[in-house]
Amino acid sequence: MKTEAQIRDVVLRGLQRIAPEADFEKVDPGEPLREALDIDSFDFLNFLVGLHDGLGVEVPESDYGKLGSLDAILKYLSSRVG
Amino acid sequence: MADFRLPSLGADMQSAIMVRWNVHPGDRVKRGDIVAEVETDKGLVALEVFEDGIVDRILVHEEAKIPVGTVLATIRSNGAAPVAAAAAAPPALTETKAPTQPLTESAAETPARPPVQAVSERVRASPSARQLARDLGIDLHRVQGSGPGGAIQRSDVERAAEAAKAAPKPPSPPSGEPPAQPLPKPAVERPVEPLPAPGGERLVEPAAAVPASERRVASDFQAGMRRAIAAAMARSNRDIPHYYLETHIDMSRALRWLESENQKRSIRERLLPAVALLKAVARALGEVPQLNGYWLDDRHQVQEAIHIGFAIALRQGGLVTPAIHHVDVKTLDELMVSLGDLITRTRAGQLRGSELTDATITVTNLGDLGVEAVHGVIYPPQVALVGFGKILERPWAENGLLGVRPVLAATLAGDHRATDGRIGAQFLTALNRILQEPEHL
Repeated sequence: MKTEAQIRDVVLRGLQRIAPEADFEKVDPGEPLREALDIDSFDFLNFLVGLHDGLGVEVPESDYGKLGSLDAILKYLSSRVG
Repeated sequence: MADFRLPSLGADMQSAIMVRWNVHPGDRVKRGDIVAEVETDKGLVALEVFEDGIVDRILVHEEAKIPVGTVLATIRSNGAAPVAAAAAAPPALTETKAPTQPLTESAAETPARPPVQAVSERVRASPSARQLARDLGIDLHRVQGSGPGGAIQRSDVERAAEAAKAAPKPPSPPSGEPPAQPLPKPAVERPVEPLPAPGGERLVEPAAAVPASERRVASDFQAGMRRAIAAAMARSNRDIPHYYLETHIDMSRALRWLESENQKRSIRERLLPAVALLKAVARALGEVPQLNGYWLDDRHQVQEAIHIGFAIALRQGGLVTPAIHHVDVKTLDELMVSLGDLITRTRAGQLRGSELTDATITVTNLGDLGVEAVHGVIYPPQVALVGFGKILERPWAENGLLGVRPVLAATLAGDHRATDGRIGAQFLTALNRILQEPEHL
């Protein structure tokens, strides 16, 4: 069972890995991340692998649409993990 | 005896800096072995040898800037005897310390000084420090090095520049000897003085080759890369008569098939649509091979092997198009591994020379960015560029019925000297058909 804080930690670390120069203090949590962080499908897949490693959650392709913004990602993962 | 030359690693490349040799004279090498690493504006590139043999002489030393085509080393075939080095032959240049030809009187004065102050010797400094010193007009002989062995690092040059600004006298070290006279350039430097490059002498350094403490400001690297890209694109647009074709491909079958394939795979093995597109391009080239090759020496040279250059964006801007080799022969899973490895190494600036030179065609996939269609510029000497835009839901009519399908705009830019629109159209038609039968990919 992971807490919200742990989930957030795994997510931010994963995002930092694929967008090393991004400043997550400044990212609007409601903003679509793809453009905000300039990440492509390869980066996104690596991020999902990180979520799997860190939280044990495997995100199916059909759920990709639910992971648009930071808030959306956290919400999705809470429901899967919590 | 074979000459091992610096290859042109891109249409825009003029020169490179030798960073590191991985072999010594006498070492046995096999085809494909990485023998040296050079800095280019695309990052650090590993150079491979193309034949088996024994390294005979190394002719270019580390930190030298060399134009494309320079003979870097000679390699004799296995079984041949080493060539006796003539007395006046260029020295084997793996070290940069002592010059091997007599210099002027100043050489006699050096022993008492710390190594970095031995003005008659080649100054030990990192490429980044050298470039910065060139830019700022700082004489490296006057800079105190704080790196290993007294080597001058970027921070040392920066400090020297600050001191020069602050004080009227030259910023150098305690011994305060007279400014460097017109020193004879040490013989070791002579063979590798850069030839006047058409685009100007300024050399660009990639961030990846330099330790973090010396990392050049990203903007300088980007500026250099943009200049190189600009030169290549301008030349391509000028020299190559382009024709453009576009088609729309219903991707519903391909995406559905990929999804079912991915359900059988763990997330680590998941296939991206990009690899399906790459494989489809390779198969379409099997049917229309005229687009796979080069325009060189005023003629069309179709290539048998299919090495697809894949446009990869660097995070801070800039584009590199390294090749994935033998795409037609690899499975989708193998392509996924190759692509992933290539993207990672491209962004880390760790490509091999063959990856930068071997592409027989280039694919640019801007779908992730939301661009609908791409009309690109061909990379010479290739004769075609395939573009893929974003897959968008669109109304689609089939068999008299209207529906909504995920549609991909695929474009082809062709070199009109090599092929005409009819060939291009055949290619796109084949590509479309192949993507309707994804299970055969």
